[in-house]
Amino acid sequence: MGLTTTSLSATATATNSSAKPPLLRVRNLAKRFGKNVVLRDISLDVAEGEFLTILGESGSGKTTLLRIIAGFESASSGELWMGEEQLGRQPPYRRRVNTVFQHYALFPHLTVEQNVGYGLRVARRPETEIAARVEDALAKVKMTAHAKAKPSKISGGQQQRVALARALVNRPRLLLLDEPLSALDANLRRQMQVELKSLQREVGISFIFVTHDQEEAMVMSDRIALLRSGELEQVATPREIYSQPATAYVAQFIGHTNLLKADVQGGIARCVAGAWPVEAADGVALFSLRPENIRVISPGGVGTAGGVRVRGRVRHQAFHGATELIRVECSENLALVVRTSSGAEAMEEEIELEFSPTDAVLVRESAERI
Amino acid sequence: MELLVTRDAATAERSHWLLLHCVAVFAFLYLPIAILVLYSFNGEGVGGFPPHRLTLDWYRTLFADEPIWDSVLNSLEVALAAMAISLAFGVPAALALDRAQFPGKALFRRLVLLPLILPGIITGLSLLMLFNVAGMKLSLLTIALGHGTALISVATTEVFAGLQKLDRAQEEASLDLGANYWQTFWRITVPNLKLPIIGAALLIFTLSLDEIAVSFFLIGRDNTLPLEIWGRLRRGITPEINAVSTVIFGFSLIAIVLWYRLRMRGEGATDAGIEIVEVAEGGQA
Repeated sequence: MGLTTTSLSATATATNSSAKPPLLRVRNLAKRFGKNVVLRDISLDVAEGEFLTILGESGSGKTTLLRIIAGFESASSGELWMGEEQLGRQPPYRRRVNTVFQHYALFPHLTVEQNVGYGLRVARRPETEIAARVEDALAKVKMTAHAKAKPSKISGGQQQRVALARALVNRPRLLLLDEPLSALDANLRRQMQVELKSLQREVGISFIFVTHDQEEAMVMSDRIALLRSGELEQVATPREIYSQPATAYVAQFIGHTNLLKADVQGGIARCVAGAWPVEAADGVALFSLRPENIRVISPGGVGTAGGVRVRGRVRHQAFHGATELIRVECSENLALVVRTSSGAEAMEEEIELEFSPTDAVLVRESAERI
Repeated sequence: MELLVTRDAATAERSHWLLLHCVAVFAFLYLPIAILVLYSFNGEGVGGFPPHRLTLDWYRTLFADEPIWDSVLNSLEVALAAMAISLAFGVPAALALDRAQFPGKALFRRLVLLPLILPGIITGLSLLMLFNVAGMKLSLLTIALGHGTALISVATTEVFAGLQKLDRAQEEASLDLGANYWQTFWRITVPNLKLPIIGAALLIFTLSLDEIAVSFFLIGRDNTLPLEIWGRLRRGITPEINAVSTVIFGFSLIAIVLWYRLRMRGEGATDAGIEIVEVAEGGQA
């Protein structure tokens, strides 16, 4: 799944570290509604041409962050920079930022064509230029055939395309997308994920995409910013966020994982599953261990050198197509979820598991927040 | 089987009663109007049943009757002025109620809507006293002012309902696309409020046209149509009154049907909108 995005993520991180300044800089942004803190100390860079996803559960503040960038809300504190401009002081209509709204917010009294041409018409571009650019934009989203239709006469997927064309036709420097795919059914959604991603590559505009769907975030993004209760947990490429989660919350939110609580003493981590060397300070530490990094050792088989081994009984099986997730109870307070491809394990069978200490990723414990 | 038949018969009987009941109710509502219309064609005057010798004479008299036509013109002037006044104050009030947050908003809303439930006699009397104190001579202007203020609440409620149905994201989308607040208001908000505003205008127009209680207190030398009719009734009823009433009835009917159809169109549009949102949320779940 990460194959298509790797090259791009590499360039995105490269642009980040190189001399080229980021397009958008968010600095120590906070938002309070009365006593209710919605966003806390958000700092984030978006590179030119980057596809950044803000991922979070509902109520994590992701839409509020997007609305602050668009200009519909103002931040309680912190700064927002686009190049050398302080974005925060500008009204939404002066920002070179366009938005695709969750329910598209197409203008019902205007045709598809007029919807797409709205921004250009307000900007008083010459009619010939408007016509050419609208046609071009509609062709790009394959909606030329419906140019004269009213929004109420086209399907949800088509409305979504029109909303996209309406935003992109203005050639913004940054496009914001507020869960634009959430209204579509699963098949159309997967198709649109691919289309949206290739469209973004084609136009080369930076996208900030808001979603609660971790799979969507993984498929589309150059980088993911994971938001939890108004704070950023981690900002990283999909690969990095999956293989090197910073916190227990990130590890659990992205894909399946096993969290092992171990006691570290003198460079050795010890837990019910076993003991392995780590580079961590003494004390209690949390480790994330992905189900696919645990192997089942066939009866009589030999494990790898340095592997941590543990025995357990299969308690639950869930079929996932190519693979299967099994739940193995190792002791009273340890159960491991293991991804296998064989499907050879039987329920209630006692099996031996093994994992490599390098696959147990040390994660920060996420503070409990309401 | 037998049981089934008897039950069917019982249902049939019940539905007969229901039909009869409906007919009775509608007769009670519309028979007077039907008789009014019928007698406007009666050659024998208002007396005598059944009417015979159908004629258009009363309409001929009516069209030659100058005081009636003067009063019709007066009424139209008053109605148009009242429409302008109530919309000029009612639309901003609706916008304020929908958008602005200010202290005393709840009180403001009640005050705006009060004239709707206030008896016309109170409104008329208090306006009369006000104009007296202000030293204004009673004329068509005072009636227009009276109607205009009393009907602000109609404009406000109609437009407010329209605003409530308006998707605010549309206005945000407009701002997002580079239109400032003023451009957004004229290009997005107003076109979306077109139906409620036209509806309110029609309603105000018809209400003003046949208003009698407030007008009664504020009348100067020039009569409005309802007061002209009322004045003539005291001198005895003639089928000419029936004829003019029939004409008014026809026009009111057209206005109401227009207003209703506009409203239906508005509702239909928002129903579709709700459907889309529901589909969207279904997809999310």
